[in-house]
Amino acid sequence: MTIDPGDFIAVIGNNGAGKSTLLNTIAGTLPADAGHLTLAGHPVTKRSVAYRSHWLSRVFQDPKLGTAGELSVAQNLTLAASHTGSLSLRRYRRRGQTERYRKLLATLEMGLEDRLNVQVKYFSGGQRQALSLLMATLSQPDLLLLDEHTAALDPKTSREVMDLTQRIVTTHRLTTLMITHKLSDALRYGNRLLMVQDGQIKLDVRGAAKAALRQDQILQLFAE
Amino acid sequence: MLMTSLGQGLLWAPLVIGVFLTFRILDIPDLTTEGSFPLGAAVTISAMLAGASAITASLLGFLTGCVAGWVTGVLDTKLHMPSLLAGILTMTGLYSVNLHIMGKANIPLLNQKVLTAFLPATWSVTWQTIVVGGLVTGVVVILLILLFQTRLGLSLMATGNNPQMSAANGIATDRMVIIGYMVSNGCIALSGALIAQSNGYADIGMGIGTIVIGLASVLVGEIFLRGQRMGVRLLGMVLGAIIYRYLLTLAMGLGFPVNDLKLLSAVILVIVICLPLLQTKYRTHQQVTRYLNQIGVDQNATTSRVTSQSSAKGLLSGNSQRTSRVKGREFDD
Repeated sequence: MTIDPGDFIAVIGNNGAGKSTLLNTIAGTLPADAGHLTLAGHPVTKRSVAYRSHWLSRVFQDPKLGTAGELSVAQNLTLAASHTGSLSLRRYRRRGQTERYRKLLATLEMGLEDRLNVQVKYFSGGQRQALSLLMATLSQPDLLLLDEHTAALDPKTSREVMDLTQRIVTTHRLTTLMITHKLSDALRYGNRLLMVQDGQIKLDVRGAAKAALRQDQILQLFAE
Repeated sequence: MLMTSLGQGLLWAPLVIGVFLTFRILDIPDLTTEGSFPLGAAVTISAMLAGASAITASLLGFLTGCVAGWVTGVLDTKLHMPSLLAGILTMTGLYSVNLHIMGKANIPLLNQKVLTAFLPATWSVTWQTIVVGGLVTGVVVILLILLFQTRLGLSLMATGNNPQMSAANGIATDRMVIIGYMVSNGCIALSGALIAQSNGYADIGMGIGTIVIGLASVLVGEIFLRGQRMGVRLLGMVLGAIIYRYLLTLAMGLGFPVNDLKLLSAVILVIVICLPLLQTKYRTHQQVTRYLNQIGVDQNATTSRVTSQSSAKGLLSGNSQRTSRVKGREFDD
């Protein structure tokens, strides 16, 4: 399977079909039993999660996992801004950083820009997930992994985060792989759709073919 | 009496800071303490007997503590042992190592110059202890504050708080945990070096109960001084170490025999764990009652149910999801 630059792929499939396995293997939290994985030209099959993070970012399903709750918004953003130099003995607070973070947070329209020094644990799931999304895109990754990132949110917040996702992915032209359980989201967003079943990719449609796809056709496939 | 406790507290402060680093920042209960504390003492006193100056010997003590921390860190991260077991293994191994370093179970200093001997001889021993303890602890606190302003310090905090997120943001979490263990046990060994010089000897049994002293002091410190800023938290630890000494002195003054000291420190730890829990429970109860009165509901049944749920956050329930989940289950029923 090849992910082309600029792809926005929605991955669907039953529980236990292998969606998360696919994503975790790419992210490095699961070792690959067989095969090879190349990220932006770098062979990473046997490399650590931290090494792979040079090219990819990830938003988790659980809003708590994507951010460090004890750390402030600004500290979380600093960690996400660069995936290198974590051993550096230079001060992490840089001049002009506050202004930059403020502007970025203002794009979320959640009022987070005035709470830069508040610990993230005091925010709601929706706010934390929006922050995770912003953090994941801050390092301009070659690949963005979204792991059912709206599943733990209420319907309204879920829609807001999904809209935000669409906006960010389009503005930064991010290559994205999104797992979702919502068929409507899978059909509405992205230029390519993957359907996983029994550990195999059952369907891989893109472009016009994907746009023409209807919900009942997919349900039909699920039933088979 | 008060001044003696202050001096002793300052000598114990690096140990409390060390325990704080693993227990609060990395969210790991590290039992290596019981071995690295006498290790620092053994190395320092042996080095001084071999002719090293008190400063060199103390720094050597610090460095060997770091090595002990490295061992536990490697056992924990690279060999994937539970951190409690990793600490127990290092601690047990260190007992023999310490005996080898010292040659026998207790080595006294003869007439070597200890750190306090660098101060004017006209000062009383109490004041000399306070100044030396204050200086060393001050340097440790300042260096740590500086460390936590660097990217490395931020990565350490992030790793302890949320390892998955840290790894996903490019932090080599194993390396961070090992560094944390090293700095922590270095501080603990430094404390051992100071105490041994103050006592005038190193003893194989001086590590027993140090983890309880450390944890109790951390909790006491947090009762008096809490905050988000690292400087405040570290000062809280120093305060905790001092107040803990006062508590012990107070208890001894009540007539407890020296043999009961360890039992006493265990009881103090139990009390300081329970106290904040009861405090939270009481406060929540008050809040809920006030709220229910406000909205005009008077149902004792509701009050008690809500209270028991909201007080589920204990002092020991750490930072990470892992610990709070386990603790949450314990208190949920």
